[in-house]
Amino acid sequence: MIPELGTLALVLALLLATAQAFFGLAGAHRNRESWMAVATPAVAGVWVFVTFAFGILAYSFVVHDFSVQYVAANSNSELPLLYRIAAVWGAHEGSLLLWIELLATWALLVAALSGGLPIAFRARVLGVLGMIGVGFLLFTLLTSSPFARLIPAAQDGADLNPLLQDPALAAHPPMLYMGYVGTSVAFAFAVAAMLSGKLDAAWARWTRPWTVAAWVCLTVGIALGSWWAYYVLGWGGWWFWDPVENASFMPWLATTALIHSLAVTEKRGLFKSWTLLLAVFAFSLSLLGTFLVRSGVLVSVHAFASDPSRGLFILALLLFFIVGSLTLFAIRAPTLRSEGGFELVSRESFLLLNNALLVAAACLILVGELWPLLMDAFDLGKISVGPPYYNMVFLVPMVPLVLLLGVGMHAGWRRALLKSRQRILLTLAGVAAVLGILIALVGYGGPGTPLTIICFATALFIMASALIEPIEQWRRGQTLPRAALGMAIAHFGVGVWMMGVTGVVSYKVEKDVSLAPGESATIGGYTFKYEGSRQVDGPNYEALEAKVVISRGDKLIAELPTQKRTYRVQKNPMTHAGIDVAWNRDLFVALGDDLGGGKWSMRVQYKPLVRYIWLGAVVMAIGGLVAILDKRYRVRRTADEPALAPGAARKTV
Amino acid sequence: MTPRRKRLLAVLAIVAGVGLATAVAIKAFDNNLSYFYDPSQVADGKAPGDKSFRIGGMVTQGSVARTPGTLEVHFVLTDFAHSVPVSYTGLLPDLFREGQGIIAHGRLRDGVFVADEVLAKHDEKYTPPEVAKSMKRPGAAEGRT
Repeated sequence: MIPELGTLALVLALLLATAQAFFGLAGAHRNRESWMAVATPAVAGVWVFVTFAFGILAYSFVVHDFSVQYVAANSNSELPLLYRIAAVWGAHEGSLLLWIELLATWALLVAALSGGLPIAFRARVLGVLGMIGVGFLLFTLLTSSPFARLIPAAQDGADLNPLLQDPALAAHPPMLYMGYVGTSVAFAFAVAAMLSGKLDAAWARWTRPWTVAAWVCLTVGIALGSWWAYYVLGWGGWWFWDPVENASFMPWLATTALIHSLAVTEKRGLFKSWTLLLAVFAFSLSLLGTFLVRSGVLVSVHAFASDPSRGLFILALLLFFIVGSLTLFAIRAPTLRSEGGFELVSRESFLLLNNALLVAAACLILVGELWPLLMDAFDLGKISVGPPYYNMVFLVPMVPLVLLLGVGMHAGWRRALLKSRQRILLTLAGVAAVLGILIALVGYGGPGTPLTIICFATALFIMASALIEPIEQWRRGQTLPRAALGMAIAHFGVGVWMMGVTGVVSYKVEKDVSLAPGESATIGGYTFKYEGSRQVDGPNYEALEAKVVISRGDKLIAELPTQKRTYRVQKNPMTHAGIDVAWNRDLFVALGDDLGGGKWSMRVQYKPLVRYIWLGAVVMAIGGLVAILDKRYRVRRTADEPALAPGAARKTV
Repeated sequence: MTPRRKRLLAVLAIVAGVGLATAVAIKAFDNNLSYFYDPSQVADGKAPGDKSFRIGGMVTQGSVARTPGTLEVHFVLTDFAHSVPVSYTGLLPDLFREGQGIIAHGRLRDGVFVADEVLAKHDEKYTPPEVAKSMKRPGAAEGRT
């Protein structure tokens, strides 16, 4: 009975979402306040019912209701509670429900925090979000209900895929989806602006914190996924250009571009059409990501069981939103004129280049992503596009981007006034170059790849350059506005991330070895000695645990246990790597196979600076969070601004 | 600068940028596309002898042989119509085992596919779509018993 309540709640949510879409959009169009007023309670209602359905699915997992097909397929009576809850989004149906839950949450936040927006604009935003909600609720109810029954009920469940039984992976999908779905808010703002035909500085100011919030979630979500892949899936790799990784990375690039272009639209009233287009682009890439992952057209660890009707449905949804918004754009964009111009060397130019390079990277990755699908569709052979392609099309736009970043941060609007900072920038660039060379040649004993020294130096320069303004203000006893501080932190994070990538790509050592107890292998000055193995039992798996002792010279560094687990239900073996962490490197051991004669194959790795990749992402995300908290973004109601009167709340900058 | 010249400049910059991007993409594409073949196509000599490619199939039961104490492993990939011997040195993925559909990347050397990478998908029920498709081809089914 209880799972049926979940379906019922989803149906009610669908009805309310339809009301939200219709009354929001039609009400704004006809300027009927009573209609528009329906949108907000509808948003709250959708959230309540979707959350209820979500709770019911979680409950079914917690109480082991194996008469629900989805639970039977993804849980087991031995599965620990944490992973039973994480299993809610462990496969297709549940992750779709998570998508909808997060969409409802974003809409609720928009409804709650945008009281100061003009009522018609707000109604349109909620209306567009309602339309997206209708699409996905229909999708769930028609093709992928998580509440479908299994009759007769299973004795026990088939268990959650062992790879997903991990804390980082329990948090990865919700974070990433929060980001994916968050782009729908920027999209809704863009569509609302196109519908009303008005796009001004206030619009950009409203849109910015939402876009940054989505970007923060995407950043953290991608970093979590990469971290998980590092220690579970990839045996030490942190990015594979897997089609599904790309599907999350393309919206990130587009959203990053959008954040920067919104800054220009807010401050200078330029790039208006471009900003709208980017908002559409970012959301389309998020939908495309969902389509590619859910339709099963991609060969990937992420691709869930395929069902053609699902792929077709999302494709139709994708086309509807892309074609619809682009048509609207074609009609409305010419009416949105940008005001004023700018000099060749100015903050605007730097941001234009930033946008061009980020979008170029996103498009080139998109080509690599879709090309194999097109080739296959036209029967021209089955191909795959390998990591070297992606490395190349990523590096070519990114190297100029980071080179420009350190200087571009200090360019003024309209016309760059770099003179005042010229001396300090040149000094820092010189110091960074020397340090970069020292780190490479002295620290790591070699120039690495041709780009290594340039990348180290650029990363250091970006970090130093990002600190100039906060330090200057601090010495003057002033505080930087939070938006500017957030920018500085985020850019500092880019530098940190680059240090990590450069270090690990240039100086990592990986070696596959076969070791008998007592034997050892040496890489990067570290000696890995295999001491022997024993059997251990986990809650729902058995494991062979090997002890590896790492030493450097006479000094003992670490004793690492590394396991080969066999999960009792699914029988899948899984490697649980042993990792020793220090501030400047990871040492990594993964157990391979029994080679016979007491020997085991092992992969031993030395990963310099690898932690800085994720640390950098976290710093970027913190920067984003700080920026969102800027006072400027708080839409306040004041006595002389009756916020609910149509069109009244547009404040001057 | 007049608005007209500025617009011209912007258009030129965009054209140059797009051109450059396309050039980079095509160049990178050319070197990094790898084609997929199944064992039958390899047996028919359709796969390139000089370039690396991917091959997919089922690991034949009883075919996995290790050189004791080393990382070298030999096995046979089949689509139930034809078979190709494969050799690989290194760690095999967790889910590699006999009867499992896998994909290997490498090149042909004297009739043996020398793999530099072996991928098995992380789900025991999962067969890579390409492998599943090549096994459904006519002539593939009768070898199943």
